[in-house]
Amino acid sequence: MSSLHYWRAMWGIIGRELRRFITQRERFISALVRPLVWLFVFAAGFRAALGLAITPPYETYILYEVYITPGLCGMIQLFNGMQSSLSMVYDREMCSMRILMVCPLPRWFLLLSKLLAGTGVSILQVYAFLAIAKAYDIEPPWQGYLWVLPALMLSGLMLGALGLLLSSFIKQLENFAGVMNFVIFPMFFMSTALYPLWKIKESSTLLYNLAQYNPFSQAVELIRFALYGQFNQQAFVYTLVAFTVFMTTAIIGYNPSKGMMAGKGGAR
Amino acid sequence: MKSSITAASPVLPPASMQPPTALSIDNLSFSYSGKKALDHVSFKIMPGECTLLLGPNGAGKSTLFSLITRLYDTREGHIELCGFDIKQQTRKALANLGVVFQQTTLDMDLTVMQNLRYHTALHGMNRKLATQRIQEELERLSMYERRFEKIRQLNGGHRRRVEIARALLHKPSLLLLDEPTVGLDMPSRFAIVEYVHQLVVDEKLAVLWASHLIDEVYPDDHVIVLHRGTIRANGTVNDVLQATQSKLIKDAFYSLTQGEQS
Repeated sequence: MSSLHYWRAMWGIIGRELRRFITQRERFISALVRPLVWLFVFAAGFRAALGLAITPPYETYILYEVYITPGLCGMIQLFNGMQSSLSMVYDREMCSMRILMVCPLPRWFLLLSKLLAGTGVSILQVYAFLAIAKAYDIEPPWQGYLWVLPALMLSGLMLGALGLLLSSFIKQLENFAGVMNFVIFPMFFMSTALYPLWKIKESSTLLYNLAQYNPFSQAVELIRFALYGQFNQQAFVYTLVAFTVFMTTAIIGYNPSKGMMAGKGGAR
Repeated sequence: MKSSITAASPVLPPASMQPPTALSIDNLSFSYSGKKALDHVSFKIMPGECTLLLGPNGAGKSTLFSLITRLYDTREGHIELCGFDIKQQTRKALANLGVVFQQTTLDMDLTVMQNLRYHTALHGMNRKLATQRIQEELERLSMYERRFEKIRQLNGGHRRRVEIARALLHKPSLLLLDEPTVGLDMPSRFAIVEYVHQLVVDEKLAVLWASHLIDEVYPDDHVIVLHRGTIRANGTVNDVLQATQSKLIKDAFYSLTQGEQS
């Protein structure tokens, strides 16, 4: 099995995902509408209610819209990761996943390629969102747009791996509604996407602890710091470890001999 | 082999000259939550052999296919594809396999060409070779002119043709077809049955075709009747007719499955 085979297969998977994304315009629009509603409506409404002190990486007082922009970038990737896993459950039910699974390449590589493809799509969505946010006067330094790219790669991979892991647990599409209630919403609201940690601590220590150890918080902080040209080492290490754990577990989950699918008869 | 009727073993050349079996299944069993879906199933398919796997719904045909394609784990028994163990040498085994699943596995929003290119990429083909193979296979199935159409715009018969073309792009030694003609009209069904049988003759392809449609059996085919997870018959059409003392394969199938039609 030559390395060229791996290379071609990976680009085949990424190309297919990008083509699907381009042909499904509704998906692109809906992926943008969600964070824009939060930015234009929610943030505008809460601007007066939530006062923000100067906290790193910001060097001055900022508007609430500016604060939640990195969180909304994370939100795009979180929903994209979950959408990818939803499509994997759907593909498995509709059998199109089988074509991928019967090709002569290791399953971990196929899953990783699928994950890279999903992350690529989420990064396109984030940059489109940042472009609209710029028009709304949310302007990080121009270098921030470059620095944020590797951060988005890692956060996208971590959230996508979480989606993959969930899709290995979920057998039927109907069960996916539970994921929304038990994973996406708690992860999003118990994080630093909408409010800083110190603000959460004022109201509840338990919530503060949960938010601090929530991998989504760390991903958002990684994006936030990168967007302002700074490197948050703790957030980087935490997100990297979370990605490794989620990905490894997802690969085991998709292994027909060892994983969760084994008990269900196999990775259909 | 746990079968009520077993065909006479074909005369084979000595081991040194013997062609490798395209598919060898030995003592395979599989259960879902304690219920046996397959029970000690064994058979072989040689290159240039078309084997019809007949069985009513729930006989275990799809389970068998999922095990051959390694979508399910083989816990009891042994499967070899072109001499490669599906569990130990999965990738080498799968490289020799072309599959058409029961439900369509094409991407509806992509064109015929894009779907086929995706498959060639997964099999590591370079662009030039992929283009050449895609043209060859689509022309053979009279689908080349429609290569830029989206799958959604094609009818069921044409979608099946694209899936067959796709399964053959990497020149597999064994083609698995899981009820590929279900839901198609008679001309489309006939065209596909004829085309696959021609491939067996022309290219010495080994075919395992799961079906419950008796009229898809040709006189030269091998037949395996699977019922409630066990093999009830395995041999040529004549062997099965003789063993069941039937004149028609339909009657033989009926008596072997105790009148239980799908």
